[in-house]
Amino acid sequence: MTAEQTSSSPSAARGEPLVVLDHVDKWFGDLHVLQDIHLSVARGEVVVVIGPSGSGKSTLCRAINRLETIDKGEISLDGQPLPAEGKELAALRAEVGMVFQSFNLFAHKTILENVTLGPIKVRGIKKADADKRAMELLERVGIAHQAKKYPAQLSGGQQQRVAIARALAMDPKVMLFDEPTSALDPEMIKEVLDVMVDLAEQGMTMVVVTHEMGFARTAADRVVFMADGAIVEENTPEEFFTNPQSERAQDFLSKILKH
Amino acid sequence: MDPVLDNLDLYWDGFLRSLSIIGWSLVGSLLLGTLIAAFRVSPVASLRAFGSAWVTVVRNCPLTIVLFFMAFGLPELGINTSFYVFGVGGLIIYTSAFVCEAIRSGINSVSAGQAEAARAIGLPFTQTLTQVVLPQALRATVPPLGSVQIAMFKNSAVVGAFGVGGDLWSAGRNLTSAQGYAYIPVLTGVAIGYLVITLTGGALLAVIERKVAIAR
Repeated sequence: MTAEQTSSSPSAARGEPLVVLDHVDKWFGDLHVLQDIHLSVARGEVVVVIGPSGSGKSTLCRAINRLETIDKGEISLDGQPLPAEGKELAALRAEVGMVFQSFNLFAHKTILENVTLGPIKVRGIKKADADKRAMELLERVGIAHQAKKYPAQLSGGQQQRVAIARALAMDPKVMLFDEPTSALDPEMIKEVLDVMVDLAEQGMTMVVVTHEMGFARTAADRVVFMADGAIVEENTPEEFFTNPQSERAQDFLSKILKH
Repeated sequence: MDPVLDNLDLYWDGFLRSLSIIGWSLVGSLLLGTLIAAFRVSPVASLRAFGSAWVTVVRNCPLTIVLFFMAFGLPELGINTSFYVFGVGGLIIYTSAFVCEAIRSGINSVSAGQAEAARAIGLPFTQTLTQVVLPQALRATVPPLGSVQIAMFKNSAVVGAFGVGGDLWSAGRNLTSAQGYAYIPVLTGVAIGYLVITLTGGALLAVIERKVAIAR
């Protein structure tokens, strides 16, 4: 299998559902963290999930590649329900890019090796080809000149851009971002968001959990507002920010937009 | 020191025999211990249960009991082999429980995010472990693993005493009991033999520790 064959072709019809969550429920003990979630993300769509802390938005994001299991309902990717375990699950995860709040770059591997590990081990791509592609991706996120360094030698913003390149190297069908800028200094936030806006403009399907309202306004096709484990409201960013319907969303927005 | 100098050939044979017991047990216990540690962190519940049962039973049994089970239990099941193989096998099994726990403590020192990131790019469990978690766990694992193995070096004397024979400890016993040499000089010779092994082991360990510390 080569990178070309597995990449989601850009000519694929936009608008058909790629990620579908149907009647999804999850409990942490007594805490009902996901309550009857319905969400459908279309190919090429950028969905931004916002909401107060503890609203279940990270859990929702992590459930899509089954880093969190769910107790009820079904999640499917490109028409296929998520496998429970084993090789099938690993194969599915290879199709879903994930960017974490704490970057999670492999600390014992160089920047280049971080990006090529998946393509070499999972896709079976030759090292030379994987290196070439990785360098292109690192170029794209502006880190190519640091390829030989180790993660600890890079700033947070740089590490997060490498993490995005690492996910992109698998040619994923969809990219999940779990609060990608929450651990960053303000000036580093911009460099990461710029890369993400760029990705969105190129038609990548994205689910982004974030507190960056600016990003939601610029790049999102749809904003999903969660509170207490449930989706309370979803709308276009324009409508959501200027005319929130629910009291919970009005309250949330009044608190964060005042400063 | 005449008893030692007069019998250097006997000491040398015992030394080599001890080294062979130790060498096989080192390799065997590292392999088996790593496998059991992989069981203990695997996503399969039955493997996890097997791993923790293994550690609980083996770690809490005296080595001599494990050796008795090997030498007298296995023949009951129709498995017959030399005392040497029983002895080394018992030492491997006994040491594997401690190796497993040293490796598991190293695995626990690697942040959960590393394994999550590995799974997120599609690495299956085995590769998540071998490519991402274990290389990083190694750094935290080397010191406790070293202690476990040095304890094993000395436990090889128990195996020797257990009828395997011919090792360094047995050489000493032979000289004192059978040939009537005085205890103190003979046992001093035996102690020096073990010290050569353990101190060399400790020095190698320090080298390895420095190596894995740089590899970052």
